[in-house]
Amino acid sequence: MTKYAGKSVYKGIAMGKVLVLGKEEDMVKREKIEDADAEIVRVGNAIEKAQQQLQDLYEKAVKEVGEASAAIFEVHQMMMEDEDYLDAIHSMIRTENINAEFAVATTGDNFSEMFAAMDDDYMKARSADVKDISNRIVRNLMGKEGNDMEQSEPVIIVADDLSPSETVQMDKDKILAFVTVHGSTNSHTAILARMMNIPALIGVPMDLDKVKTGMVAVVDGVKAEVTFEPSPEECLKVTNKIKEQEEQARLLETLKGKENVTKSGRKINLYANIGSVSDVGYVLENDAGGIGLFRSEFLYLGRNDFPSEEEQFQAYKQVAQTMANKKVIIRTLDIGADKQADYFELGKEDNPAMGYRAIRICLKQQDIFKTQLRALFRATAYGKISIMYPMITSVSEVEQIYKIVDEVKKELDDAGIVYHEPEQGIMIETPAAVMISDELAKMVDFFSIGTNDLTQYTLAIDRQNAKLDDFYDSHHPAILKMIQIVVDNAHKEGKWAGICGELGADMDLTKTFVEMGLDELSVAPSMILKLRQIIREMD
Amino acid sequence: MKSFEYTITDEVGIHARPAGILVKEAKKYESKIVVKMGDKAAEATKLMALMGMGVKKGDTVTVEVEGADEDAAVNDMKAFFENNF
Repeated sequence: MTKYAGKSVYKGIAMGKVLVLGKEEDMVKREKIEDADAEIVRVGNAIEKAQQQLQDLYEKAVKEVGEASAAIFEVHQMMMEDEDYLDAIHSMIRTENINAEFAVATTGDNFSEMFAAMDDDYMKARSADVKDISNRIVRNLMGKEGNDMEQSEPVIIVADDLSPSETVQMDKDKILAFVTVHGSTNSHTAILARMMNIPALIGVPMDLDKVKTGMVAVVDGVKAEVTFEPSPEECLKVTNKIKEQEEQARLLETLKGKENVTKSGRKINLYANIGSVSDVGYVLENDAGGIGLFRSEFLYLGRNDFPSEEEQFQAYKQVAQTMANKKVIIRTLDIGADKQADYFELGKEDNPAMGYRAIRICLKQQDIFKTQLRALFRATAYGKISIMYPMITSVSEVEQIYKIVDEVKKELDDAGIVYHEPEQGIMIETPAAVMISDELAKMVDFFSIGTNDLTQYTLAIDRQNAKLDDFYDSHHPAILKMIQIVVDNAHKEGKWAGICGELGADMDLTKTFVEMGLDELSVAPSMILKLRQIIREMD
Repeated sequence: MKSFEYTITDEVGIHARPAGILVKEAKKYESKIVVKMGDKAAEATKLMALMGMGVKKGDTVTVEVEGADEDAAVNDMKAFFENNF
């Protein structure tokens, strides 16, 4: 029995057989060749094939883990076209009369070392990317299809490091966990593992020569430990833990299709928070009653220019249609503060959390806001869309929004475009909005409390500052009192109130929230059934 | 020859994806476009060389453009740097 500690990327526990992935580059041999031109043609063909593989991987990754995580494959494609890289390979083949495989592997090592030696963590991480593209070309030259996962039983993948293309190629149903010697919590591999919900440990100082394919191992993401060849007692303990985990999952499974109702008959809506169109699958899978917060920022981030009305319309329409008659609450652009896109040219601010962000941008740069509103209103014809405005602090802001909405509606009417009248609500995330929630309740259809910002503004604690963690109390009575005020003021006007911040998923408060009279909690899709269980056990 | 200076405001400096797009943009021009910082320099058409300069937030680079279409190229490059870095 050998135990190692590492850094846990995703919590969870798994036991199974190990599959050790070796590095292909070890097998590259240096050979003398006669015809340099023919070798260069082989490199060209291998790269052409690699470009196609990367394109396929990119498309697969976009579907499975979203565009931001998939962008790495685009970068790989660009790196492969690099003139210096190609020149180095070609000249090595010509001057030394060596085989293409060796030239590519050596050039890859050289470039990779250049990045590894840089005094910058981001650039250091790129050295793995250069190795990855070189290994891919070498595999193509050797006529290998790479680490195809042909094994039939699920395994624990053990490797020195995993490249992004290796992790995304794997069949998720056949992987129990990842354990690697290298890799950082910010590496693409770690990010992908987290998106795939697979237990993963990195930075594990294990001796790969001693770990053999077929060995049994236990990966404990909670303790951040891996145990190879565990003792029978250990196995039994883990088996029980896994059984508990599965039992819990099965129990939750039986709650699908059931109502969120307490024993005394009090009901509450459980909706899901999502950040991209591809998350809708998780919403349906976890049986959410609707979407309580659809962050429209994803359409704006990670690109070079504003998304067009048509592009936005297609995204909103797709979500509305997929959710059929369930409610989809789309929050208008909430950019600024910690979410930045260069083309907005927002400029540097000393205090961005209290700066030019969210609705403030929309009211100042109305063309951006109008484009989004037009897309949203057009999409209302395809499902049950509600529109939610972030960062409200005053009655006049809501008046200004409605004025712009009226202009948009008139334009659509004039153009003969059909739309439904959507529910319109606001986020309550400033103390000001709480204090005037009686006034605001007369103007809107609903309130959704953004507890993250509300807590930050109320307690005057910067969320990004780790030094303040000791002062941060998410259960602070001030916050709970504010929530009660908002709920009561909404109900006085016959409107509904919910929570879409992180606090909504806090299982210690679920009971309190139901008792406070909240009408809705919008949480991560994976939390829906857990909250349902608590609610159904309440009196 | 035309040139301009630019101070990087992007948190991660000249990083992979925008640098890749820069390469594509730079290849559209006949002019030779060179990015310089201190004693380091890289042609804007070469991705790994650009990344290898290790340009960080707060660094000032000089972009030099020389060739038949340098007027158009320098304007586009300026806009590109302002929007992406």
